[in-house]
Amino acid sequence: MTNTHSPAGARAHARAQAEAATPTTPDTPPGLDPTTILVAQRIPPGGYANIVLGRGTRIRLADPSGTTCAHLFLLRAESPWERLNVADTVKVPWQAYLSAGHPLLSDQGRVLATVLTDTSGHHDTLCGPTTDGRHQLHLAAAKEGLEPRDVGPSIALFRGARVAPNGAIESTGNGDAGATIDLLVHLPLTLLVANAPHPLDDRPTGDLDLLAWPAPADRAGNDDPEYRRAVENTEAAWTAALNREVPA
Amino acid sequence: MTATRTAVLDETVPARAPWSAIVRAGDQLDVIDLHGNQAVDCLLYSAADRTDRYSAQATIAAQRNIFLTTGSVLRTEGGTPLMTVVADEVGNHDTIAGACSQESNTLRYGHHTRHQHACVENFLTAALEWGLGKRDLVSNINWFMNVPVEPDGTLGIVDGLSAPGKKLTLRAEIDTLVLVSNCPQINNPCNGFDPTPVRMVVTR
Repeated sequence: MTNTHSPAGARAHARAQAEAATPTTPDTPPGLDPTTILVAQRIPPGGYANIVLGRGTRIRLADPSGTTCAHLFLLRAESPWERLNVADTVKVPWQAYLSAGHPLLSDQGRVLATVLTDTSGHHDTLCGPTTDGRHQLHLAAAKEGLEPRDVGPSIALFRGARVAPNGAIESTGNGDAGATIDLLVHLPLTLLVANAPHPLDDRPTGDLDLLAWPAPADRAGNDDPEYRRAVENTEAAWTAALNREVPA
Repeated sequence: MTATRTAVLDETVPARAPWSAIVRAGDQLDVIDLHGNQAVDCLLYSAADRTDRYSAQATIAAQRNIFLTTGSVLRTEGGTPLMTVVADEVGNHDTIAGACSQESNTLRYGHHTRHQHACVENFLTAALEWGLGKRDLVSNINWFMNVPVEPDGTLGIVDGLSAPGKKLTLRAEIDTLVLVSNCPQINNPCNGFDPTPVRMVVTR
């Protein structure tokens, strides 16, 4: 038993904790070189993450146990006044339910990220998080120097909802264990995510896995005119901003 | 009960214009669609703490329905009731489709619409008068706008259900700052492609 009555003993005790711990991390996706992984975090229920990611990053969010719920909010890194607009994200593509090809649009008519693949099909753009989940997003935002009013309406991944013709909205619960949704980053992002129940399905959540790796050549299969114009706006802003760089 | 109410404010909002006012707790705001089928984009804030603002998502989750009508409680992110719909002659109002902006118009209708008047410009104009800015704009209410969601998730702004003179009444539960953009959109049916004035009456 380590003695914590002295600083030396307390230091030894503190250091021994990391040696004894067995942290769990997400599995590396098959076929991907582990050395290229940029982010690999397992976020427990009640946890959150705030991560800045570059253009061309591929993000994988995963629901290993079929019980998680990921409340996601995106801001443009370095220009956080530009942020996810959930209303435009459903209105512009004429589609409330997320699936492959769906753009996550900013309030400036640009694509922050596109859904590349989705094996869950249980997502929700309409209900937002619970009060606890909103608080976690506020904490994640605060770590990035942001305030609660910078956090707008968010998206819930892995715990779905569907709308009846009379407008009634019902929970559809989680998809399969092991479900994943992959996003491609179009503009440098501050990603805020909270693992918390859905307001229409307040069962406790399970672990949420977050992985990211470089995939600048990946493209979404979406040729809708609204999507093409959103990408056009995004590329124009990116190209113009390149001129901010001081030549070597 | 036929308690007599007295108008303390009665203003006509011109076509395409912004409007704002604080509606005191217990006061009622009538929104009157003078010419019919005119979308009235609306954002609400606690007048005492403007960081406590309307949440379309919290409102939808609490009432388990995407449409607003009589009985709908308009809530903040923390669940606090700001206003309640106490009368509605239309029966179905939108809160998922947000406000038009110059930027989203370029995606929806083409780049030729970039400099057309849009609701976000109206919201910003009204917000700036109260010390609020872009960070304070979130998903809003669209009174008199009809946005069905089909079984496969397809949604869109379709022909409205309102008519000339139709009215809805909101009761303020706490002192509430109301920002309005009398929607200037001319590229979709939210205004019947013809923006028109609306009337706002506050009674006590």
